Amino acid sequence: MADIDGLSATACHECDLLLHELTPPITAGAVSCPRCGAVLYRVSHDALERTLALTCAALVLLLVGNLFPIVGLNIQGHHVETTVLGAARQLWRDDMPLVALVLLATTVLMPLIELSALAWLLLPLRSGRRPPGFVMIFRALQLAHPWAMVEVFILGVLVSLVKLSHLADVLPGPAIWCFGALMLVLTVLSSLLDHRALWQAWEAAQA
Amino acid sequence: MNAMSAREQGFALCEVCGRLGKIAESERCLRCGARLHWRKPSSLQRSWALLIAAYALYLPANLLPVMETQSLFGVQSDTIMSGVAFLWHSGSWVLALIVFSASIVVPLLKLLSLTVLLISVQRRRPGPRLPRARLYRLLELIGRWSMLDVYVVAILVALVQAQSLATMAPGPGVLAFAAVVVLSMLATMAFDPRLIWDRAGVQNEEIRRESN
Repeated sequence: MADIDGLSATACHECDLLLHELTPPITAGAVSCPRCGAVLYRVSHDALERTLALTCAALVLLLVGNLFPIVGLNIQGHHVETTVLGAARQLWRDDMPLVALVLLATTVLMPLIELSALAWLLLPLRSGRRPPGFVMIFRALQLAHPWAMVEVFILGVLVSLVKLSHLADVLPGPAIWCFGALMLVLTVLSSLLDHRALWQAWEAAQA
Repeated sequence: MNAMSAREQGFALCEVCGRLGKIAESERCLRCGARLHWRKPSSLQRSWALLIAAYALYLPANLLPVMETQSLFGVQSDTIMSGVAFLWHSGSWVLALIVFSASIVVPLLKLLSLTVLLISVQRRRPGPRLPRARLYRLLELIGRWSMLDVYVVAILVALVQAQSLATMAPGPGVLAFAAVVVLSMLATMAFDPRLIWDRAGVQNEEIRRESN
């Protein structure tokens, strides 16, 4: 950290206000910028440990959610169902490869990159070792995060259930529960995850 | 101590790891090796370019059909708005309101707000900066929800196929719509909120100079 007047300093990432680090450091809660109110960082007890646990749970939910059908339809005795991958394949066939890619990226690829990057970083850090390729993997995590839209997807599934309920019998598939749970886990995860804590753990760990 | 920006003191925050570094000492972050920048490089130009592209696609996204339903009764084209109307008439008012906000209000609000932010930064408009900073934070938060309609089309299209009474196919509108969402998210990311605070400071100096 940079030192100014003997105190370690930081700056707000949203308004560039120069700030002194709190002494003594807080033990729990969020620190916000006094000028613009942006959250600078969060401190929570056992953050890395809990983040890792949630990451593993989210990875399992994401895998299961992608393997099983999200919704099924009963039309005159015919049963149709679809998975996320099936929906992407249909869009591809309907001459919408770009939309298919957007669907795949935002519901499968980006969450997968985000979660596996987190697991990659957290597993060695927990035992005090530096994960190989830390900077690159961290960058991937940072880039993937805004494009993982599981919570929006689950709302989209609900809306299409309502739209289809006028046409046929709608059967929510197992994946809908996985995505619902995944949404909750990811919400808790992003409220716990703090990039500053990751870098501090990296600095404390041995190369 | 007066409110002072890190830049005025020669410090820049690393965009990757968040370490504060002195650019005069090293152009690269001493912790993670990423190149240090005072502000996001050519933030305004990139943001404008992406925003204009999003504006250009906004009309086709809302006017072209996002879905075409073929049934025994003929072909029916649905735009974003007619999808909302369908939900409203079928009694799902809550969902109709959610889809209306996510697909129509949010994208338009997002494009207009980003335009206001960009102009206010470029014109170095004085005035309170906190509302503008909050507006930017809101934009980052709500932009993603517009993807809702793309997902609805994807699921409907996959389910309602040959076996059923009707066939649903995606319309060209859904491509334009997804592009508007992605482009406006990129435009928001390209914008550097620190410019809101910088330029206002420059403005104050100019006022002082003129009054002297």
